[in-house]
Amino acid sequence: MSATTRARQQRLTRWAVLLVVGGLFALPLVSMFAYSVRITPQNRSAFNSWKAIVANDQLRHAIVTSLELAGLTVLGMLLLLVPTMIWIRIRLPWAVRLVEFLCLLPLTIPAIVLVVGLDNVMSWVNYLVTTGPLALTFVYIVLVLPYCYRALDAGLAAIDVKTLSEAARSLGASWTTVVLRVIVPNITSALLSASFLAVAVVLGEFTIASLFFYDNLQVVIALIGLENSNVSVATSLAALIFGVLLLVTISFVGGRRPRQEVES
Amino acid sequence: MKRSIPGLGVAALAVAVTLAGCAAPTQTNDAAGSDNTGASGESSADYMDTLVADAQKEGELNVIALPPTWANYGNIISAFSDKYDIKVNSKLPDTDSQTEIDTAKRLAGQKSAPDVFDLSQAVALANTDMFAPYQVQTWDDIPEDNKDADGKWVNDYGGFMSVGYDSDVVPEVTSLDDLTKAEYKGKVALNGDPTTSGSGLNGVLMAALANGGSVDDVAPGVAYYKKLNGAGSLIPVDVTPATIESGQTAVVIDWDYLNAAETKQLPSWKVMVPDNAVVGGYYFQAINADAPHPNAARLWQEFLYSDEGQNLWLAGGARPIRADAMVEAGTIDQKLYDALPPVDGEPVFPTADQAAAAATYLADHWAEATG
Amino acid sequence: MSHRSTVPRRIGPSLGLVPFLLYAGIFLVVPTVVVFVSAFRGDPATGGFTLDAFRRLGAAPILSITRDTLVLSFATALVGAVVGGGVAYVVSTASPTGVLRRFVTSICGVLAQFGGVALAFAFIATVGNTGVVTQLLGLSDTRWLFSLKGLMLVYTYFQVPLMVIVFLPALDGIRPQWREAADTLGASTWAYWRHVGFPLLAPAFLGSALLLFANAFATYATARALVNQGSPLLSLKIGDSLGNEIGLARGNLAASLAVEMVLIVALVMTGYVLLQRRTSRWLR
Repeated sequence: MSATTRARQQRLTRWAVLLVVGGLFALPLVSMFAYSVRITPQNRSAFNSWKAIVANDQLRHAIVTSLELAGLTVLGMLLLLVPTMIWIRIRLPWAVRLVEFLCLLPLTIPAIVLVVGLDNVMSWVNYLVTTGPLALTFVYIVLVLPYCYRALDAGLAAIDVKTLSEAARSLGASWTTVVLRVIVPNITSALLSASFLAVAVVLGEFTIASLFFYDNLQVVIALIGLENSNVSVATSLAALIFGVLLLVTISFVGGRRPRQEVES
Repeated sequence: MKRSIPGLGVAALAVAVTLAGCAAPTQTNDAAGSDNTGASGESSADYMDTLVADAQKEGELNVIALPPTWANYGNIISAFSDKYDIKVNSKLPDTDSQTEIDTAKRLAGQKSAPDVFDLSQAVALANTDMFAPYQVQTWDDIPEDNKDADGKWVNDYGGFMSVGYDSDVVPEVTSLDDLTKAEYKGKVALNGDPTTSGSGLNGVLMAALANGGSVDDVAPGVAYYKKLNGAGSLIPVDVTPATIESGQTAVVIDWDYLNAAETKQLPSWKVMVPDNAVVGGYYFQAINADAPHPNAARLWQEFLYSDEGQNLWLAGGARPIRADAMVEAGTIDQKLYDALPPVDGEPVFPTADQAAAAATYLADHWAEATG
Repeated sequence: MSHRSTVPRRIGPSLGLVPFLLYAGIFLVVPTVVVFVSAFRGDPATGGFTLDAFRRLGAAPILSITRDTLVLSFATALVGAVVGGGVAYVVSTASPTGVLRRFVTSICGVLAQFGGVALAFAFIATVGNTGVVTQLLGLSDTRWLFSLKGLMLVYTYFQVPLMVIVFLPALDGIRPQWREAADTLGASTWAYWRHVGFPLLAPAFLGSALLLFANAFATYATARALVNQGSPLLSLKIGDSLGNEIGLARGNLAASLAVEMVLIVALVMTGYVLLQRRTSRWLR
């Protein structure tokens, strides 16, 4: 089979699969939209609930808080995970499973129970760093570990980290150069996936923020939901759309570098 | 030198991890005002002036678990805040009584700890050592059974278990037996699981009363819900304004004041209390002994038990505890009072022991109903 | 060969792990240990330490809840992994900087974390009593949504996008040169996948499936919104033990259930490690 025939087949399959799956996944979102624009005694005009989103001050503050938290969490996660994962692959193969398990742990303990144990730690953070909502960053970095580890692991497994780093070191590169200029450019897709997940987790986090009395995006959406169902559904949908636009923007930061950099 | 670096690393790890397990130094709360029990008999106006001044100096009040549409708390909070110029921090609005207590324990000594509690009967009576005794100015208007002799807790409002339904979607509900009919298939929800939620537990008690049982004999109640489940009417979904207004839960078994709040959003939502199956319950108001704003907490209670506060609760469809005294004095909002759902039959208020026995029974037997 | 002794050689590189261990130690291990210890606490009234909370784990109601949670988690992990893997493959064949890829991955990133009351209501609005699809297709009985079957469908909604996002980097690592090489050697599509593609992707595929399993296992808010009666899942049982209005709260049971959940995931992860070792032999 020639390359062009295969490419054409791939394109057809691509569109067919995405249309079917995408259509199915769009159904609940379309239903949410239909509900948010229903005319009811509380909602006299179709887009009232959407207009109410913009008018809500508390929501605006919460969005800013959540965005700041997302940014800090992505940064913290990248700084913590990327060097560590590279290092253990090169030098400490026995630690790979340990780190893998530690990175799965945050997902196994439901947040409502974890809060019990986080209390003392958070009191130290409040004492030493800040009492504001950004104190949540420390917890959020841990919460995103399971997802980000998996994405980064997939990317690192696809390139031969050991050979690459040894080659670079033998050419006289420092460790910073190895990480930043040799390995990172080869795992951009993984870095992007990890960052996407970190942002999405932070924007979607509710339990820990509410139990520590912080007003992040989801806490305010839940508050709205207690009073007005149309507005809360509209706000949830708006938060999703906002998330998608944010991630698309971030994807442009990844740059237009082609996937394979290593042949030079 | 090289060998001591790994040692340092391990030592740093050990120290950090040990420290993290203990609490950080926190500021202790100023105890001024926390021994005011209100029973001094000081002249009313002077006392209130001093209290207001002290509370305004504190400037804030921390409340917890007060949803805006629960017995009109949204308006109560803003009325209090506007009247006394005190900022009210309302956190965790959608949580339960046990979490209120757990949170107060977790945050003990911190500025953000809750000042006041609004608790279910079981949780309130089990945690009286956490409350600071206080008797409001209108203490004598409150019936003896509805307050603690020492003033540690006092009932604030009560309601009856009811059936709320959307009259545009389902036919009129006249009794609990109607709900097994075909028109109600897939539409009936009980607000809360009876093994965790007060409204759930009392919903089973109401069904027990309606089916020949009593507060002490809960089995008929469980049998009723089993029948409802078998008929396909009962759905286990969590009730929210969205599920009600979308028609998913067109019938909700809940406290009458909670159902009444929905009528404001959905005019076709009607509330009925079944004949001869009238189960009532009160909520318990208390002040945190460790309150970071003790004077504001006491002022909050004074506000709630004043005529203004009691009428605000009435506006939320709840029956304020001073209702009888206020009817006599003519200070009750008569229009709102008359608008409460009619109650036919002798109301039954389960005691703490009866409720505890029912809870234990349900912990073992509720699974029969949900299959 | 270095002249240095082996001791610094062994400990020195371990230092690189210290930052991570320090962070995970403080913000993850310590809270976990606190929770574990609280599982041994007795009734608040009596105090002291007891194994009571652990004994209840072996009782019939909790055993069946455990079984149901495991079935739900494995099933949605499997469906999510297969469907998500397929979608990820299809996306990986598209241009890496094109619009399609950017949008699909962004949507998947957002939907992977979509859950709780909002997701539950989205499904109620679709296949509930007055749902869009219910009205279009004239469906009559919609109660299945509030059972374990319904939960499986709803879980799939975030499992599939999660798989796409975490598996895509692995697919990106497949070099087109390998396919070309297989072609020149005369391999069919099936042979290429069987001998090159699948073995290379197996570790990442299994790892992602493990993540999906743990993700479903610990989901709480979504399940609570749909099945508020009866608590058929472990995470819901934990919620019941902590958040209680009628005096039946049992903090130690919540903690012991959390211990059980960690142990189960550790067990599943062990199985995954063994499976991965096996599949890596295909690469030899």
